[in-house]
Amino acid sequence: MHEYLRKKWFYFLLLLLALVFPLFGPSRLIFTMLILSGIWSIATLGLNLILGYTGQASLAHGAFFGIGAYAVGIMTTRLGLSFWIALPLASFLCAAIGFLIGLPTLRTKGAYFAISTLAFGIIVFIIAGNWSDLTGGHMGLPAIPRPNPIPLPLAGEISFTSPAARYYLVLFFLLLTLWVMHRVVFSLQGYSFMAIRNNENLAEAVGINTFRNKLLSFMVANFFAGLAGGLYAMQLGALSPFITHHVLTFNLIIYLILGGVATLAGPIIGAITVPFIVDALFAIGPYRMVIFGVLLIVSIIYFPRGLMGGLTSLWNRTADYYRHRKDGVRHAAES
Amino acid sequence: MELFFQQTINGIMLGSTYVLVALGVTMIYGIMRLPSFAHGHFYMLGAYITFFLITLYNFSYWPALILSMVVLFFIGGLVERIVFRPLREQSQISNFIAAIGILLFIEHMVTVIWGPHSHRIPNPYPEHIYLFGASVSQQRLIVILAAVVLIALLQLFIKKTVIGFTMEATAQDREGAALVGINVNRVSSLTFSIACALAAAAASLVAPIFVIVPGMGSLLVMKAMVIFILGGLGSIPGAIIGGYILGLIEALGGGYISSEYKDVFAFGALILILAIKPTGIFGKGAA
Repeated sequence: MHEYLRKKWFYFLLLLLALVFPLFGPSRLIFTMLILSGIWSIATLGLNLILGYTGQASLAHGAFFGIGAYAVGIMTTRLGLSFWIALPLASFLCAAIGFLIGLPTLRTKGAYFAISTLAFGIIVFIIAGNWSDLTGGHMGLPAIPRPNPIPLPLAGEISFTSPAARYYLVLFFLLLTLWVMHRVVFSLQGYSFMAIRNNENLAEAVGINTFRNKLLSFMVANFFAGLAGGLYAMQLGALSPFITHHVLTFNLIIYLILGGVATLAGPIIGAITVPFIVDALFAIGPYRMVIFGVLLIVSIIYFPRGLMGGLTSLWNRTADYYRHRKDGVRHAAES
Repeated sequence: MELFFQQTINGIMLGSTYVLVALGVTMIYGIMRLPSFAHGHFYMLGAYITFFLITLYNFSYWPALILSMVVLFFIGGLVERIVFRPLREQSQISNFIAAIGILLFIEHMVTVIWGPHSHRIPNPYPEHIYLFGASVSQQRLIVILAAVVLIALLQLFIKKTVIGFTMEATAQDREGAALVGINVNRVSSLTFSIACALAAAAASLVAPIFVIVPGMGSLLVMKAMVIFILGGLGSIPGAIIGGYILGLIEALGGGYISSEYKDVFAFGALILILAIKPTGIFGKGAA
């Protein structure tokens, strides 16, 4: 345990910071942005599994996020279910739809898979906008209730009207997602995913059932997209069809790639920094998205592996530098 | 029967623009192996340039259209040079992010400079003629004819000129082409330029029929992607046939079943066809 703490102290420090952060009394805006960043992080971690670790570029991730959000919205407003039942149901619904959509689309590879999932995403967007009886159409779905308070044995109850309570709720689900992803990625299952990413034919040859593994990865990814969507519905309290739009998928991919693809910290770093950068650009006025476009191009050219990749290579280089200094001439002569 | 002819001609007209845009996407993928998600925004830019040449500088329709193609030709080459060439060795997903950067840049630049509201290019040929009992505006027929001419010219260019041969060689084997002395970088630039010029032509042709708005390209590029997948990656005949088929599916589905869900047919058809044949109608092999 002591050894474990010594190795992972940095992560515990970050966790502690995240836990005590509301005590500093941040403004409502900062709270809202952090809650949303947490929600994007969960969705991006899901995307990371199918895109980063399994190598299948799903462009339907935003659509599944939207399905999760609408499922929670519809179940809590029209069916009167409690949020605590609606949230897992929505997540499992997304996994189930992912199974049905994965059956035809995962038979295809590379760009074919990307575009066929994109086509599914666009269909979801059109349905969300036009099936007014179910989704409220282009007018959106208003008045989604807050989660029911959780009763505690001694201290009354936890209600979710304050931003701090919702912050802790999202943080809880983010940690849960991170834990699941950690367990999946560093298991035999995760290694199978990565084998498929690295060389699908070779993976098939050594006895990995690539189709079943890809389907599993797709379902787990969509489960977390749905979970994030449900939390989003809870945070905003109203939905518009644009939550299923492919622009959302593009944003999640930007968070993933700029944060660092196929790392566990990357999606979270991306989902926190990119929205804050976009927000900071508001000061520039109307040209902000023009500048964001340029930033995106420049950063992908100079940091192709994202912030995490850039940090890792910087870390390795400094470590190399110090090792060389310590070992001196002997090491240099060997190499 | 009238409705059928009306919708068929509409479908062929829509299909003509889809073919022109999808040909660009297909050529870019064939040469550079990158799905050009920003292509719809080059299309939009082409329409705006034609619009401003006509309204601000009093050009007549055809010179404006050709000048717009020329401008987009150079913009396309420039974009390939400064954005996609440095990303040559990177993965497709990096190129995808760069394409999103480009489309954000173009869309918001146009919005800031010319406003988010829609414009309309004055229709140069507003008269109607009657074909099989269906009334068709002349501009629609011109779109169909001009698209056929452009597609034929492109085919002649690729099949009969030396530059066309170099493009085909690069599409087949980039390293092999470089080994026999083809400047593959120049071929990439040229391909991107031609693709953008085609998009500008398509946009300028249909702009008098529809309105132009900064977001007009974003759904179109998705359809171009669908066509390019339906036809099989990098297959030019596939893109031509796929484009017309998609236009017809949309027009007939929209006319007979439901106009709100007309796009669902196009995208649903893609998923269905890929479920049956995972490499597209004309596809040769896996990506």
